[in-house]
Amino acid sequence: MANEKRKHLTPVQQEYHQFEQVRETKRPVLKNCVRAFFVGGFICAIGQAISYFYMYFFDFTEKTVGNPTVATMVFIAMLLTGFGVYDRLAQFAGAGSAVPVTGFGNAVISAAIEHRTEGFVLGVGGNMFKLAGSVILFGTFSAFVVALIKTIVVKWGGLG
Amino acid sequence: MMAMFFWAFVVGGLICVIGQVMFDVFKLTPAHTLSALVVTGAILDGFGLYEPLIDFAGAGATIPITSFGNALVHGAMQEAEKHGIVGVLTGMFEVTSAGISAAIVFGFIGALLFKPKG
Repeated sequence: MANEKRKHLTPVQQEYHQFEQVRETKRPVLKNCVRAFFVGGFICAIGQAISYFYMYFFDFTEKTVGNPTVATMVFIAMLLTGFGVYDRLAQFAGAGSAVPVTGFGNAVISAAIEHRTEGFVLGVGGNMFKLAGSVILFGTFSAFVVALIKTIVVKWGGLG
Repeated sequence: MMAMFFWAFVVGGLICVIGQVMFDVFKLTPAHTLSALVVTGAILDGFGLYEPLIDFAGAGATIPITSFGNALVHGAMQEAEKHGIVGVLTGMFEVTSAGISAAIVFGFIGALLFKPKG
């Protein structure tokens, strides 16, 4: 894709493109991955602890325990976001804090807090899903397509 | 029980590394990365591959955002088995309700409680 784009550029622009590529700071991929691994793993281990809590003290089974766990994690994300801890964690951990469901909660909640000054209806209500909306959209739509295909295959294809 | 913690840590960590690689190597924005992971989760569940991962890694598979796609497909399929093709729509959010409800409710509470910084 990058090469196709480059054909339409003037020579000066191409030169700048090369100049920019050399100068662009190299991302420390390995270091970032190690950080993401440990922070992400740690968040999942906390989730596992919360799962065990719900399994032992409430009547959830291994199959149903995901729901209250996710809700609790989002609640924790709210507190951490509100106190400004999550942003600092995100700077350190990158995807390690973005990929777990707490990152989804953080995206919703930080947008809600950030737009509070614009009022509760237009600001909070309108912008809450500004960042997380794409996750819900593509999740829902892909799930719709997958479930539709699977239902058709199972019902009329006789597979399953 | 300790084994479960270990596998939750490792599998959850690895999914986050995949996300980090998409950030750094493929230079995708967080929104693109998370959307791609959700779609991946939905497709994996379509082939019946995500459920074994949850059995194996517990929260290591349910906490990353991929499980959101998995849960959406799961809810849709559950209802589809009962009510046929209409169930795909009616059951979509059956299992995922917790994540979205919690995000909306706590998001609003957060907006009420906290003031934006900076």
